[in-house]
Amino acid sequence: MSILVYAESWEGRFRKSTYEAASYANQLANDLDTDLIAVSFGNIDESELSKLGEYGVSKIFSYSNVTKSDNNNASILLAKHAEDSKAIIFANTFSAKMIAPRLSSKLKAGLLSNVISTILNTENFTFQRQSFSSKAIEKVSVSTEKVIITISPNAFEIKNSTTNCVITKNDANFENQFTVIGSETNTGKISLSEAEIVISAGRGLKGPENWGMIEELAELLNAATACSKPVSDIGWRPHSEHVGQTGKAVAPNLYIAVGISGAIQHLAGVNSSKVMVAINTDPEAAFFKAADYGVIGDAFDVVPKLIEEIKKIKN
Amino acid sequence: MNILVCISSVPDTTSKINFTENDSKFDENGIQFVINPYDEFGLTKAVMLKEQNGAKVTAIIVGESSVEPVIRKALAIGADQAVRINMKPLDSFSTAKEISNYVSENPFDLIIAGKESSDYNGGAVPGIIADMLNIPFVNACNGLEIEGNEVTLNREIDGGIEKIKASLPIIIGGQKGLVEESELRIPNMRGIMTARSKPLNIVEANNPMTMSKSIQFEKPAAKGECKMVSSDNIDQLVNMLQNEAKVI
Repeated sequence: MSILVYAESWEGRFRKSTYEAASYANQLANDLDTDLIAVSFGNIDESELSKLGEYGVSKIFSYSNVTKSDNNNASILLAKHAEDSKAIIFANTFSAKMIAPRLSSKLKAGLLSNVISTILNTENFTFQRQSFSSKAIEKVSVSTEKVIITISPNAFEIKNSTTNCVITKNDANFENQFTVIGSETNTGKISLSEAEIVISAGRGLKGPENWGMIEELAELLNAATACSKPVSDIGWRPHSEHVGQTGKAVAPNLYIAVGISGAIQHLAGVNSSKVMVAINTDPEAAFFKAADYGVIGDAFDVVPKLIEEIKKIKN
Repeated sequence: MNILVCISSVPDTTSKINFTENDSKFDENGIQFVINPYDEFGLTKAVMLKEQNGAKVTAIIVGESSVEPVIRKALAIGADQAVRINMKPLDSFSTAKEISNYVSENPFDLIIAGKESSDYNGGAVPGIIADMLNIPFVNACNGLEIEGNEVTLNREIDGGIEKIKASLPIIIGGQKGLVEESELRIPNMRGIMTARSKPLNIVEANNPMTMSKSIQFEKPAAKGECKMVSSDNIDQLVNMLQNEAKVI
């Protein structure tokens, strides 16, 4: 028996969400008194692979010539290594959302996404997950022999647990169901789903030309930038920045909302944030009911002051 | 070309969420149900493809008779026919199984679902269907062009997009970008009238096994009082974020 973690990589590197998934899987392996193994795709060198040993992974199977986009082959390989696994753990990334459902079908294993608890009942695999766009916490159980879990980002700590880790490199020669012909990424930016701090702005900023101060604040705090739905709908900011019920759900340690009124759909996507700050000219803005800290004031007055004060503590 | 659009009936996004029967079930009382917002982008895209290249658009829903107003709305927006699989959708696996059974008997070139439903947020149905039908799957799809049998797709990845080429048949999990918010169709009077006469086929379910089960719901703990800081004392705010909340 074992627990299997999918160790996702980006350009040859593991990221925070990979270590969160490994730490979570290691905890589950301890709870079920079994070993933790990992599968990774893409070209990753040995020193990077061996880092997984610091989080309890005892065996890694690395397939350098399989891409994570190729969800069919990824799920075939994961299914092969999960033959003896009770649970398969993913961080809830874009690729995981393609691979995990296919794996669920292949292994006939119940899939629980957006999980936010450790195992509550080992007999019938009971966990808590986010549901109704974070408006509810749902307790769910799985009736199958194996369970597949995708964990919410930033919901679990990264915990060191150094183990002797054996690396096995393999090649797989499968036909792809599709061809990746290119990608466009803004590499300098911090990923919104993994960011520990998010600076988000809404219509209160009056126009796209005023986002400079939001970006400056984000850079100072090593934060990602986000926006409200109306702002992405009118094209002031890209869709990928839209957080809320029909955009992305985020759960950073700190969410600063500038000039966002706090519609129920927006709050649904952000209320898992640990601490929220609202800055708004309208004292009646709904965001003040949800936030931990509030400032009634104009963004053009408050944000530059905030930048100055943060510069002071950063020096 | 035959296009299938998978529709989920979900509470309107402005709904306040409550639970009933000892918090074991979603309380539908007073809730307005709508087409899942992610499915609406896909439905509009399907109707636009039909207008550009000619296609037959079928909307499919798994649900009891109470979901019919939602699937009728899909007809009013421009689907040519609708299918309702008569079963309360209990989990992703059984829902996907029912849809794949239907597609096995009634093949489609393009299947469009939403990347997730805005109620249970499982995000699993299109991927499971892909696997059951052994066809390519692209999730978080925010761009799609078809030329003959070839499809060019964009999918969202961290901090950007990935471009993919594939051949039909294919299934996608759609989202905004497939069409823009401003392009979404609102049913007009003519659409609503013609929707009444478009075919809505009811298919009995095979009641496949489920794999997961909801036990109980709770709401996230209420936040404490918001601490207000004067805009003249932003140093205090920074101090609290650093020393009290310890987040910067």
